[in-house]
Amino acid sequence: MASKTNSAQEAAASVFPPFDPSTFGSQLLWLALTFAALYFLMSKVALPRIGEILEVRRDRIEGDLAEAERLKQKTDQAIQAYEAELADAKQKAHNIAEETRDTIRADLDKKRAKVEADLAKKMAAAENDIRETKQAAMEHVEEIASETALAIVTNIVGRTAQKAAKDAVAKVVKG
Amino acid sequence: MANDPIKQFKITDIFTIGGEGETGGFEIAFTNSALFMVLTVVAISAFLILSTRGRGLVPGRLQLLSEMMYEFVANMVRSSAGTEGMKFFPFVFSLFMFVLVANLFGMVPYFFTVTSHIIVTFALAMLVISVVIIYGFMRNGLGFLKLFVPAGVPGYVLPIVIPIEIVSFLSRPISLSVRLFANMLAGHITLKVFAGFIVSLSSLGAVGVLGATLPFAMTVALTALEFLVSALQAYVFAVLTSMYLNDAIHPSH
Repeated sequence: MASKTNSAQEAAASVFPPFDPSTFGSQLLWLALTFAALYFLMSKVALPRIGEILEVRRDRIEGDLAEAERLKQKTDQAIQAYEAELADAKQKAHNIAEETRDTIRADLDKKRAKVEADLAKKMAAAENDIRETKQAAMEHVEEIASETALAIVTNIVGRTAQKAAKDAVAKVVKG
Repeated sequence: MANDPIKQFKITDIFTIGGEGETGGFEIAFTNSALFMVLTVVAISAFLILSTRGRGLVPGRLQLLSEMMYEFVANMVRSSAGTEGMKFFPFVFSLFMFVLVANLFGMVPYFFTVTSHIIVTFALAMLVISVVIIYGFMRNGLGFLKLFVPAGVPGYVLPIVIPIEIVSFLSRPISLSVRLFANMLAGHITLKVFAGFIVSLSSLGAVGVLGATLPFAMTVALTALEFLVSALQAYVFAVLTSMYLNDAIHPSH
């Protein structure tokens, strides 16, 4: 392959290759070409693409974290609302129970009072009746007794001494 | 010599363009060095472009590798040259990948090591320094010269400090290029020499084969070391580039 190599290279065969100036031109030229190509490919294609990938990923992660934070706050709010609601409901239930108890008690008291008043009235009426009946009976006792005594005496004696019988009865009743 | 350790650095023409038969400056030779430069660029571009083709939100293995390369260099540039230095990110990234892949290709047997030639590393170093100087003057004007005047140094020391700063600045392209070149060259020569010992010792019979295990173990260890050096030198090259670019952006120390 290197059959037609120039004489400079043959003369430089004894020279330490890295210090052989005859190769410098070619190396510099190809280095310039290849490095320029590399720089172009890196700066225009590869690096923007990787940078974009990383950017998109970072945005995505940040977005997801923000979303998670938002959802967490929402959850906390929901829990707070739930607890407030629960406390409210408990309070309400307590109030309703209290109210119902009060109503029932008041109703009961009223009914009892009414019944008691009714009873008292009836008792008073009954006592009145008894007293009246007793009084009427007492009035009749004297008369019945004297009549009875007269009948007995008439039966025994045969004749009547109404006046004496009456007196006697009166004496007994008084005594 | 079958195992001449220098032969691996020899540049041979694969074909030439133009100037057929006429020796002179107008002939363009496509050499093994040029071939591996092209291979390096093709490998880097193909890998980065093909692996990110899917643009997966959840990266696959190869895409993840590309992303890690990207972030590695991006962090390096950002930490040494600041956010403003990120406009040089494609440049530093290209340099890093070129040197890294060229070094690693050199580790493959029979492959040519592009970065083992001083002219290549020197050209890359000069490119870096040219970018630093041109951008430094474009951005800061003559204020770029403050680079040579460290802040907070008393006036009477300045006549000594300024020449030192200038010399250190001028030596940058040399140190940058020689460091990479010498590391690759020395590593490959050592590897070749020790590997050559194995062959020549084992041709001496049973004792020789036994003795050859020592350079063999050495070659294995050196191979691992050379892989480390390949990556490390690419990293050093890129970090120093970032730091020099930082000087161009913020010339006052």
